[in-house]
Amino acid sequence: MARKPYLKTQEGKEAITGYLFLLPALILLSIFLLYPMGTAFYYSLTDFYILRPDEKNFVGLENFSMILGDAAFRQAFVNTMYFTVLVVPIQLGVALGLALLVNKKLKFKVFFRTAYFSPVVMSLVVVSILWTFMYNPNEGLFNEILASLGIPEQPFLSSPDQAMNSIIVMSVWQGAGFQMMIFLAGLQNIPGHLYEAAEIDGANLFQKFLHVTLPGLKNISLFIFITITIAAFKLLVQPMIMTQGGPLGSTKSLVYHIYEVGFNYRDVGYASSMAVVFTVMVLIITIVQRFLIKEEEG
Amino acid sequence: MKKRSVTQRVILYGVLSVLAVIFLFPLVWMIMSSMKDEYQIFRDMTSLKAFLPPMPNEIDGSYFQNYLLAFERVNLLRYIMNSLIYTIGIIIFGLVVNSMAGYALARFKFPLRNFWLAVIIATLIIPPESIFLPLYVLVFNLGWVNTYTGLIVPFIANAFAIFLFRQFFLDFPKELEEAAKIDGCSQLGIFFKIVVPLTKPVFATVAIVLFINHWNDFLWPLVVANDDSMRTIQIGLQYFMNQPPIQWGQVMAALTIATIPMLIIFIFLQRYFVEGLTHTGSKN
Repeated sequence: MARKPYLKTQEGKEAITGYLFLLPALILLSIFLLYPMGTAFYYSLTDFYILRPDEKNFVGLENFSMILGDAAFRQAFVNTMYFTVLVVPIQLGVALGLALLVNKKLKFKVFFRTAYFSPVVMSLVVVSILWTFMYNPNEGLFNEILASLGIPEQPFLSSPDQAMNSIIVMSVWQGAGFQMMIFLAGLQNIPGHLYEAAEIDGANLFQKFLHVTLPGLKNISLFIFITITIAAFKLLVQPMIMTQGGPLGSTKSLVYHIYEVGFNYRDVGYASSMAVVFTVMVLIITIVQRFLIKEEEG
Repeated sequence: MKKRSVTQRVILYGVLSVLAVIFLFPLVWMIMSSMKDEYQIFRDMTSLKAFLPPMPNEIDGSYFQNYLLAFERVNLLRYIMNSLIYTIGIIIFGLVVNSMAGYALARFKFPLRNFWLAVIIATLIIPPESIFLPLYVLVFNLGWVNTYTGLIVPFIANAFAIFLFRQFFLDFPKELEEAAKIDGCSQLGIFFKIVVPLTKPVFATVAIVLFINHWNDFLWPLVVANDDSMRTIQIGLQYFMNQPPIQWGQVMAALTIATIPMLIIFIFLQRYFVEGLTHTGSKN
């Protein structure tokens, strides 16, 4: 008996249906994600300039060697690393602290939880504009409070030494409530009998935290650690709204620098090569962190 | 459980309350200041009055004076409409395209299925920030700069949403679909008439995640919608803030308007809002 052609069989029909369901998403992802990924690599090897798109010349790795000597890129990289290295542990700590606080037996628990979560409701743009007002050196809220405590006025965003730190404080404040919610879900998943067992063994509060709470939160903490790190590395909105990257480039981030070179100077070739370097950095962060997690688990 | 002593309680609730003030202040202050004039804003800033609306006798005209003036000075209404079209467009097309893809990956057997699943998961690692330039060039060549098409179409397919739908459909019992198949229902019919109505929660969650992401989106609207008539609300806020003279009451009014949709979602759909956000956390 002759076999039916594959597409006429039950499996063949199912395969066709499957692909019909999947195809719209696959096509869109290919055009608007994978293709731009590819062109980013291609542009990074050219001197593509938006105003003369027909004169792309292949320049090899010239753009990449230019990055090595680019002081603005180096500064943006250092700023981004500084922001990331400070924001990640502080935000993780604040979020965990808040979660532990509102996980206690409390009156008005829902109110406190909602209050700490409330900054998440505002967009980064809204929050950045509000805090620019609060940081205002002459009439802003923070200097009013400092003055009432007898502390001299601070320049905050208008000083190269304080601008990035001011942005860090705001970013922690905006993001911590969100991670608090994730930690809370994790805390509620730790079985109560573990605490009871620890109590019977005579463990004090701190020992319970160290030996029951922390191990119970390990996976969630690592997950939050990865997401905050990558989000921090993409820093853009805060400096763009609050400081325009200044003063003296002290808050210019990598993504901001790439945006400026690509859109303000229209140097797509060079900006693409920096975008490629940026992508590689994000990949390295992801891989290193995944690797660390595997090590921990193994 | 031991009862806390009075001192312990005072310290605990003291810390909780101070933190509540720190975290709530900007949101409440923004809303209250949007109803005050410049003098009142600065006068009330460091007192408890910052948490209160202006007294009725202090009102010059109406509580919404700043709002009216803000609408006059910039095209706020247009920015909000653009943001709504942008986000709702992505939600409608996104729900259809991504749920179908997620369903295919969860239910049908076909060659290369696991390969495509791996590709989709791998694309999650690509930061959108690293492709916005070539994406802009592509959208520019398609003639989509300053159009809704240019804003919406690149972000319809969403790897994260596909993955979320797939996980959800994997847990969905197969029996109903098999019964419908015996009744001669087409696959498309089974999906839209039987599966979708019974899996509304995952659609609600994805819709809210998409709304939050794109209502707050900054970089893509900034590069692709640079004409004033195409600005989204976030870009409009940045533009308004840089229009001298800065009238803080009016800026606060504009910020409040930009926050209202998020507040509405948060208040009325809190369960989905928090679940949607934390889902990202617990499922991975």
